[in-house]
Amino acid sequence: MNLVEEALKGNYRAIARIITMIENDSPEGIAMMKELHLHTGKAYVIGITGAPGVGKSTLVDKIIEYLRNEKKKVGVVAVDPSSPFSGGAILADRIRMQHHFLDEGVFIRSMATRGSFGGLSRTTKDAVKVLDASGFDFIIIETVGVGQDEVDVVKFSKTTLVAFAPGLGDEVQAMKAGIMEIGDIFVINKADREDADKTEMDINAMLGLNPKKNGWVPIVVKTVATTGEGIKELMKQIDLHRDFLEKNTSFLYEKEIYKSEMEIATILKEKLFERALEKTKAEGGIRGYAEKVASREIDAYTAAEKILDTFKCCSN
Amino acid sequence: MEKKIKVLIAKPGLDGHDRGAKIVARALRDAGMEVVYTGLHQTPEQIVATALQEDVDAIGVSILSGSHNYQFNKIMELLRDKKLEEIVVFGGGIIPDEDIPSLKQMGVKGIFTPGTSTETIVNFVKENIHK
Ligand SMILES: Nc1nc2c(ncn2[C@@H]2O[C@H](COP(=O)(O)OP(=O)(O)OP(=O)(O)O)[C@@H](O)[C@H]2O)c(=O)[nH]1
Ligand SMILES: [Mg+2]
Repeated sequence: MNLVEEALKGNYRAIARIITMIENDSPEGIAMMKELHLHTGKAYVIGITGAPGVGKSTLVDKIIEYLRNEKKKVGVVAVDPSSPFSGGAILADRIRMQHHFLDEGVFIRSMATRGSFGGLSRTTKDAVKVLDASGFDFIIIETVGVGQDEVDVVKFSKTTLVAFAPGLGDEVQAMKAGIMEIGDIFVINKADREDADKTEMDINAMLGLNPKKNGWVPIVVKTVATTGEGIKELMKQIDLHRDFLEKNTSFLYEKEIYKSEMEIATILKEKLFERALEKTKAEGGIRGYAEKVASREIDAYTAAEKILDTFKCCSN
Repeated sequence: MEKKIKVLIAKPGLDGHDRGAKIVARALRDAGMEVVYTGLHQTPEQIVATALQEDVDAIGVSILSGSHNYQFNKIMELLRDKKLEEIVVFGGGIIPDEDIPSLKQMGVKGIFTPGTSTETIVNFVKENIHK
């Protein structure tokens, strides 16, 4: 079967296969992304991030339900961290989305971060693109909001939700990690807990310190994802943000440009790094240089400059 | 990036014990695999739909409730329908010895009864999936 053609027709098997190829960095997968790119840009992408356990997957479950009632096709990319020790991962976001496993209008893909050099960002974004090209109206990306990679992924979406739960004390962490700047909508989930009001006040106070985002004033919504309370209000706010973006075409355009710029930069960094590994093979790769830095023979700046010098001759 | 073995650990049936399933999931993770875990009470239809979307290499099914013959039969049938026969299916839980030959006949590649070490299961998956 021609995977690209089949994916464009919405064939789930083809979509799943292409995403795997992208995860494995196969040249065929990259060739397919080149074809698929031209068919993207139609889906509305919602990113959701937040500390572990705040209820992101449960929220996604309820958002899917809402959108399915509106007859929209929904794709989900749920990212969980890889273990830095074994490289393996347990991908468990689906536990909260069981009701949708047999729904023909829902496609859920779990992915592991797999680690280094912006790899997460690119593979996740490509998975979103595959779903976009395959005709999903909405795509939801769930990531754990801990590192820069996650923040990057969320920048890829049109509306970004940052989720909190009362009593975790993660607001300050979030501020440090730059998460307050990326949220269009702040969700206080587990609003059935008693200290929800205090969390709301804390977040509002922190938002007061933030500059407005090009005219959009970030808002706070309280939800109880387990019961669905507040989901309607959340969806209304997502709609309002969407309207806002669509009216501010120049802002939306800038967002697209920025997104594409990040994409190019990520791919370029990876390619340059690969290239550097190749070029330095004779000297034992980056490790060869690392040994010299470790033994104080040279410093890391000089090492990097020397590696860059190997690019100079014989550029092919 | 290197290829990774991806395994779905599924827990069909009515019983509410997923300790064994979680232990296996963790052992596979610690062996460097990516493990999709979907929680309790999965139907064969849900298991196969998940396997397809997640594009897994193997499905590990944990059953304690005695409904293994039905569950495995249905899972294997659905995998054939969806042309997903290349997925390696293995199972664990309380499965009487006399049922094992017929399960193998259905295409279940490995059956692990209580007391099997996680190492045995990890090795089974590694040996049966070529990446
Ligand atoms: N009381 C209460 N519990 C909730 C609510 N939303 C989710 N939970 C519970 O919180 C736990 C974690 O929910 P998840 O949806 O898995 O959280 P998550 O943020 O996706 O977790 P990770 O993906 O592991 O970071 C589950 O036991 C949920 O049932 C809520 O609104 N109120
Ligand atoms: Mg989750």
